[in-house]
Amino acid sequence: MKAVNFENVAFSYREEDEFSLKNVSFSVEEGEFVAVLGHNGSGKSTLARLTNGLLHLTGGKITVFGTDVSDEKNLFEIRKKVGIVFQNPDNQTVASIVEDDIAFGPENIGVAREEIARRVDWALDAVGMTEYKQRMVSSLSGGQKQRVAIAGVLALKPQIMILDESTAMLDPKGRREIMDVVKKLNREEGMTILLITHFMEEALAADRAIVMNRGEIVMRGTPEEIFERHEELETYNLALPRIGVLCEMLKKGGMPVRYVLTPEELAKEIAACASK
Amino acid sequence: MLKDIAFGQYYPVSSFLHRADPRMKLLSLVAFIVAIFLASNFYGIGLCILGFALALAASRVPVRKVFRSVKGILFLLVFTAIIQLFFYKGETVLFSWWKIVVTKEALFYTLFLILRLVLLVTVASLLTFTTTPVSLTDGLESLLYPLKLIRFPVHELALIMSIALRFIPTLIEETERIMNAQKARGAEFERGSLFSRAKAVIPVLIPLLISAFRRAEELGDAMDARCYAGSKVRTKYKKISFGWRDLVIFLVMAGLIAGVVLVKQLPGMVF
Repeated sequence: MKAVNFENVAFSYREEDEFSLKNVSFSVEEGEFVAVLGHNGSGKSTLARLTNGLLHLTGGKITVFGTDVSDEKNLFEIRKKVGIVFQNPDNQTVASIVEDDIAFGPENIGVAREEIARRVDWALDAVGMTEYKQRMVSSLSGGQKQRVAIAGVLALKPQIMILDESTAMLDPKGRREIMDVVKKLNREEGMTILLITHFMEEALAADRAIVMNRGEIVMRGTPEEIFERHEELETYNLALPRIGVLCEMLKKGGMPVRYVLTPEELAKEIAACASK
Repeated sequence: MLKDIAFGQYYPVSSFLHRADPRMKLLSLVAFIVAIFLASNFYGIGLCILGFALALAASRVPVRKVFRSVKGILFLLVFTAIIQLFFYKGETVLFSWWKIVVTKEALFYTLFLILRLVLLVTVASLLTFTTTPVSLTDGLESLLYPLKLIRFPVHELALIMSIALRFIPTLIEETERIMNAQKARGAEFERGSLFSRAKAVIPVLIPLLISAFRRAEELGDAMDARCYAGSKVRTKYKKISFGWRDLVIFLVMAGLIAGVVLVKQLPGMVF
């Protein structure tokens, strides 16, 4: 079943403004991991806010598991299904203590007390933060705060999780922590993931990727397929991950390797080329 | 410098006071303040100090941390002390030089006043040290519940309070960052006249205010995304209930107030 479906979606912040999104159509299957890549101002964050009705679309149609997002009456149900983790960890924590913050979502939808306690423990375990249950959120590192934010969304038991540049404000270690959690959720819990990012290497974990530029979808395919078109990517101000750059240098130097994503795969490619 | 603002910081340990009902703690704080103002002699203030020492022991919060909250009113303390010391009318002159006269009564009264102020601040800080903002606001919401009958937005008020407490550390951090950025560009905050120092704060306040608005907007979105829809269907994660601990606190507080009233009769200096 289609978890999210966009049909010719158009959006502008104000009527007189240029469209932030033009004619955007794509869909995400249940259980799929899709990355949305794009430079600043490409419209990729607008996508996230439209999906759960934080913004109202100007044209087209968005459905979440078949339910129309543009109908105000459906919003509460849709927001239960679509969890969004935002960019700034400081601006999405409501309570001072980790467990209280995670409980905020389930409290809002009227979950019974014992069940909230179970969900808090489960969500903390899923992001590996169990030992921080009673801590002050302000005493945590950026990566830990963002993991708490993910747990806060998880506690609502959503079917889709959207990460709207959730790693952009973190250091490399924090980014890895978040990506590990996201991959695990997708593989083990079968959660549908929509990862919005401008870090190319994060897209490698996805099943499919979409590239956005100036409010339009300009590329679609598997991450591998997209990285192969690296020259086109550069015109959208997106730089290849380091391993991709290495592949390109090898190609230019006369070694016909395929585009691969991990150092191990690249080593195998090089070995294969050398033995020919 | 700003890190010294200890108010509103929860100290996460498990203790007798931590586990007490937030409503009882809130009411006790009010009762304690009443007791401090009822006390009219050193016996009364002594009883209050005893009560505070008991509470401190039952809280397991380090003494140093509690007294750090006094730093915030240090200026007020010194100012009050000086005024009272020189202007309180007494009879037994201890020290006099030119027009300055210090009497025994003034000395004792100043001491009394300082004890009173320090007690007020430390007792209040004990509440926030031992109570998480969420349970504090849950307690407040429960105590103010009758106001709902006159359609007073009790839940919203409690939520606003808890979010305000939650953002204190974030905004302090941000203020420090902005001040450092200004210092790096040659701004002076610690030198110059009072007027020029006050003026130097304006370029800190404006970016802070703008960022606070931006944060508020993002927080609103995040709350919407997490299905916040007011208090109608909302349930509570933490249950607040009145237990044996609260009965103990109630008895101690009743004892304290009765004691303070009784020792008023004792002979000695009265303020």
